[in-house]
Amino acid sequence: MTQPVLLKVSALKVAYGGIQAVKGATFEVRQGELVSLIGANGAGKTTTLKAVTGLQPVAGGEVEYLGQSIKGRGAWDLVKQGLVMVPEGRGCFTRMTITENLLMGAYVRDDNEIEADIEKVFAIFPRLKERRDQLSGTMSGGEQQMLAMGRALMARPKVLLLDEPSMGLSPIMVDKIFEVVHDIHQRGTTVLLVEQNASRALELADRGYVMESGEVTMSGPARQLLDDPKVKAAYLGE
Amino acid sequence: MDYFLELFFGGLTRGSIYALIALGYTMVYGIIGLINFAHGEVLMIGALVSWTFTTAMAGSGMPGWVLLLLSVPLAVLVCCALNFSIEKIAYRPLRSAPRLSPLITAIGMSLLLQTLAMIIWKPNPKPFPTLLPPDPIDLGGPVITITQCLILGLTVVILSALMWLVNRTKLGRAMRATAENPRVAGLMGVKPDFVISATFVIGAALAAVAGIMWAANYGTVQHTMGFLPGLKAFTAAVLGGIGNLAGAVVGALVLGLVEALGAGYLGELTGGVFGSHYADVFAFATLILVLTLRPQGLLGERVADRA
Ligand SMILES: Nc1ncnc2c1ncn2[C@@H]1O[C@H](COP(=O)(O)OP(=O)(O)OP(=O)(O)O)[C@@H](O)[C@H]1O
Ligand SMILES: [Mg+2]
Repeated sequence: MTQPVLLKVSALKVAYGGIQAVKGATFEVRQGELVSLIGANGAGKTTTLKAVTGLQPVAGGEVEYLGQSIKGRGAWDLVKQGLVMVPEGRGCFTRMTITENLLMGAYVRDDNEIEADIEKVFAIFPRLKERRDQLSGTMSGGEQQMLAMGRALMARPKVLLLDEPSMGLSPIMVDKIFEVVHDIHQRGTTVLLVEQNASRALELADRGYVMESGEVTMSGPARQLLDDPKVKAAYLGE
Repeated sequence: MDYFLELFFGGLTRGSIYALIALGYTMVYGIIGLINFAHGEVLMIGALVSWTFTTAMAGSGMPGWVLLLLSVPLAVLVCCALNFSIEKIAYRPLRSAPRLSPLITAIGMSLLLQTLAMIIWKPNPKPFPTLLPPDPIDLGGPVITITQCLILGLTVVILSALMWLVNRTKLGRAMRATAENPRVAGLMGVKPDFVISATFVIGAALAAVAGIMWAANYGTVQHTMGFLPGLKAFTAAVLGGIGNLAGAVVGALVLGLVEALGAGYLGELTGGVFGSHYADVFAFATLILVLTLRPQGLLGERVADRA
C-alpha cells in the first residue's frame, strides 16, 4: 500500500442550513484502489460526495485531491483534473440523445479521440449503441445507469465517484453494473463506490468505510469488514 | 384574397420580429428561470444605435442599404456588451437569492435603461430614415415591401443558424444541459457563468437585429419603443411554452398573425364597433385562451411550478 493518496477527506463537516448532515467523515482513496463507502439511508454518503465535488459547501474539515485542498472549488473545475462523479439518481440529460449525453461527458476534452472513446463505451454497454440516437429520457433505469457511467468514463477519470449505482435496479441489472464497476477498476481507474448494497460493494473493494449518522465509524480492508460481526448484523442482514 | 395575403405577410413579418425577441426571453428563462424584463430595452438600444449610425452617416454618399447593413454589426456589438454587463452586474449577484429579487431587479433595469436612453437620445420620437427602396413588390395582386421580404428572409437565416448552434455545437449542448440540470452539467465540467453569459449575449444579438427590423419596418425610434414588442414577445414565449425554443417561434408567429388578421377584419366582423386599434386585445385574448386550455403553452412541457 505505498501508492499515493489521490483523495483525502479529513474530519469533513457539511450542513444543510442548520442541519448537520455530515459531522466528521475521514477517509482516503489511494491510486489504483477500489474503496467502498457503505451506510444506511440518510447516513450522509451522498452529502459527503457532494461536498467533495463542490456541489455543497464544506462547513469544516479538509478535502484534498492530488495533494491540494479543493475546498470551495466548483464541480466544473474538478472534472478537468479527473475527479468525476456519477451522481445519485444518474442525472442523465433526458432531452438529449445517448450520443449527446456521452459527448457532454467529454465536455472538458478537446482531443481527437472522443469518437473512439464513444465506441469504447458502446463496447462496454452494447445496449447504448443500439439506442444511440434515442432520447435518454425514454430509457429504463438500468440503461440510464449505464449511460451515466459511460458518460463519466468519457471524461477519462483519474478518480471515479459512484453514488449508489445499483439503486432501484433489477437483480440482473445489478449484476451487470457491479461487473462493469469491477471492470473499470481492473483497467486502472481508481474508484470510490458508495453503496447501500454492502455485501456486493465490499466483495469488490480493496478497502471499505462504514458511515453512520454523519460520521465514518469503521474502516479497514474489505474482507475484514465483511467478517466483522457488527457489519454483518447491521448491513449484511446476517 | 389579396387583402388577406397582405395582412398575412404583415402578420408574418411582425411575428418574425417577435420570434427573434421571444427567443431571448425563453433562452434566459430556460437557463436561469428569470423573466428578463429588461430584454425589450435591449432591442430599443439596438434600434437607436442603428438610427444614430445611419443618420450620422447619411451624408457619406453610401447607399442606404449599405448603411443599414453596416449598422447591424455595430448594434449587435453594443447590445451584446450591454446584456453581458447587465447579467454580470445586476443578475449574477442575485443568483441564489429568492426568485422575486432578480425579477424586481429586471424591472428596475428596464426603467434604468429607458431613462438612460431618454437622456442620451432625447425623448422625442425620431423618424428612422428610409434606407431601402420603398417600392412595393407586386405578387400579382397582393403587395409586399422589400423591407418585409428582407425581414422574413433574414429571420429564416438567423433561426437556422441558432438551431445549428443549439443542436449541433458544444456550446449548444452545454446550454441545453444547463437548462435541464445545472448541477449535473457542472459535473461534466460546464462552467455555469460561461453558459449564462453566452445565453445573454446570444439573446442580445437577436434582439439587436429585431430592433433594427422593427425600426426599419415601422419607421420611428424612441426610448419607449422596446416596451410593446418586448411585452408581445414575452407573451409569445409564454404562448409557445416558456423555456422552449421552437415554442417561442411558433408562439410569435401565431401572435403576429392573430394580431394582423384580427386588426384587419375586426371592424368588419363586429360591424364597425371595434376598430383595428383593438389588435392588442386580440393578442392577449389569444394568450388567455391558450393558457386556459393548455397552461404549459403550445409546445411547453408540463413542469412543476417554478415561479
Ligand atoms: N438538500 C437537503 N436539504 C436538507 N437536508 C438534506 C438534504 N439532502 C440530504 N439531507 C439530509 O442529510 C442527511 C444525509 O443525507 P444523504 O443524502 O447524504 O444520505 P445518504 O447516506 O446518501 O442516504 P441514501 O443512502 O438514502 O442515499 C439526511 O438526514 C437527509 O435528510
Ligand atoms: Mg445517497
